[in-house]
Amino acid sequence: MTLLIRSQAERTAPPARRRRRLSSHSLMGPVMAAPALILLAVFLAIPFLGAIAMSFYRLQLNSTRAPRFIGLEQYSRLFADPDISAAFLHSLGNNFTFAAVVVPVQTALALGLALLVNGKLRGMAVFRTMFFMPLVFPLALVAVVWRLIFARDDHGLLNSAISLFTGGSVGPHDWLGSSATAMGAIIVMSIWQSVSFQMIILLGGLQAVPHDLYEAASLDRAGRWSQFLHVTVPGIRNTLIFVALLTTVFSFRLFDQVYLLGQSGSVDIESTQTMMYQVITTGYDQNNIGQGAAMAVVFLVIVTIVAVIQRRLVRQEGSIR
Amino acid sequence: MTRVRSIKRSRLLSGTGRYALLVFFGLIFFVPVYYLLVGSLRPGDKVLGGLSALVPSDLSLDNYAGVFNRFSNDTTGYVWQFAGVSLAVTAMVVLGGLLVNSLAGYALARMKWRGRNIVLLLVTIMTIIPFEAVALPLYYMLSGQRNTLYVQALPFLANAFSIFLFYTYFLSIPVEVEEAATIDGAGPVRTLFQVVAPMSLPAYATVAILTFLGQWGQYLWPVLMITDTKLRPLPLELSVFQNAQPPEWGPVLAFGVLFVLPVLVVFLIFQRSFVASVASSGVKG
Repeated sequence: MTLLIRSQAERTAPPARRRRRLSSHSLMGPVMAAPALILLAVFLAIPFLGAIAMSFYRLQLNSTRAPRFIGLEQYSRLFADPDISAAFLHSLGNNFTFAAVVVPVQTALALGLALLVNGKLRGMAVFRTMFFMPLVFPLALVAVVWRLIFARDDHGLLNSAISLFTGGSVGPHDWLGSSATAMGAIIVMSIWQSVSFQMIILLGGLQAVPHDLYEAASLDRAGRWSQFLHVTVPGIRNTLIFVALLTTVFSFRLFDQVYLLGQSGSVDIESTQTMMYQVITTGYDQNNIGQGAAMAVVFLVIVTIVAVIQRRLVRQEGSIR
Repeated sequence: MTRVRSIKRSRLLSGTGRYALLVFFGLIFFVPVYYLLVGSLRPGDKVLGGLSALVPSDLSLDNYAGVFNRFSNDTTGYVWQFAGVSLAVTAMVVLGGLLVNSLAGYALARMKWRGRNIVLLLVTIMTIIPFEAVALPLYYMLSGQRNTLYVQALPFLANAFSIFLFYTYFLSIPVEVEEAATIDGAGPVRTLFQVVAPMSLPAYATVAILTFLGQWGQYLWPVLMITDTKLRPLPLELSVFQNAQPPEWGPVLAFGVLFVLPVLVVFLIFQRSFVASVASSGVKG
């Protein structure tokens, strides 16, 4: 994600020679950057190093026992201690399932929707407004509304709709409570809330594609589909990559919906818990901060690996082009 | 002529099929919103009534009155209190964030100083670290500051991603504009706020909107840090409220509307510029 942004930034950067002329205030630079940098150090960099340090200790809040150094034990437990590793590995798997579905589906859907709302059409403003509305919904509220939509028995909106369309032949289903559909329900919920964000970014990309390219293509008798493949997709390639990377990083942070629904007892925990859910329940709910910190470190390593792999893939593809 | 062609070009589908899809997706996006609004106006026992819950009958403001009645003493807290906390924290984060992040973005984009490249690299790396990964150590480090207002805002003021958005935007502005100001004797802070910032409204708007939405819905950090009812922001109180037994769905939905309606109204008014600024941030990076 960041590398992509950087390379774009460098391309638009003015030549270094010019920039130097503005740089007489050599002390002002660090002074102006200082507030943000100090805050970032205190609230991001130091806690990040703190997480690594804490993961080597047995640590509890408000405990009379002093922190005890236990080396790599927390890490080995994540993979060997049956009490901890089963839930942890399960969460890890759930994270990958979520990302594997959400990243391609949401990106493709966002592109489809962006194409759909691109261009002028009577009433388009109304449709766009409807599409964008979920964006301002905080996840705490999304969880409330969808909990009612997915409610078990025939009082749930979804069950009631299904029963109407099938003439009552399909009975009610406990969407969130059943292990078979719980993750699917969370996926639908989270795509509903955030797909328009990706759609807006792609819409911006679509509108930046030079118009004469389409004119040239239609002179060449290219059909709509072939224009899409040979003009639109290459034209928004960078935006598309940006959106996919963004979605991937976000998909690994899945926490709010799962935790909110978990607290209410309406969701099947085992099939929906994620790494972040494990980190918080272990560290906060069970007051086992060292173990939670170890999970957070593993979580971060995995997020970084995924980001790096994606970047590699993207770069290779770029060099072929 | 060109306009006709541009309409033709931009669609893969013919008019009718396109409208059908627009209506289909429009409903998917809108029905849950509508469900929330109608449900908040209907008797609590009719909120969970299958499809009949969508029929706007028996409308009244009782649920809203119920919310204000329920949160009417010091033990339960007050609605205005939750809203006040959310507003105060969000305002601090948005305004403070615009200030410190744009200053840093400017210093990185336009000024030369020792260590600038290393700082740029570190900021880049920090955009990958999600807050969730450091939430637990922060909770441990700041456990003495639990149940305060400022601890809800402080960790979110500086944001590596916002710094980056400002940095890239400032780079795209022609340097000549600022040279005139520099020749006139303006220092970098004055140049930033009097010359560069007015030209960078899309960047400021994007950062403001994204920060606002993120902060208004902030849930994880208050869960860890806030137990005092007086200092609960709206998302935290909503989750406490929805888990009350037995759940009072009518008032819960009314509370949800109070939570999102101000944002929704502002969004509807500024929709065009909202979409434009977010879109431009994506294209520019």
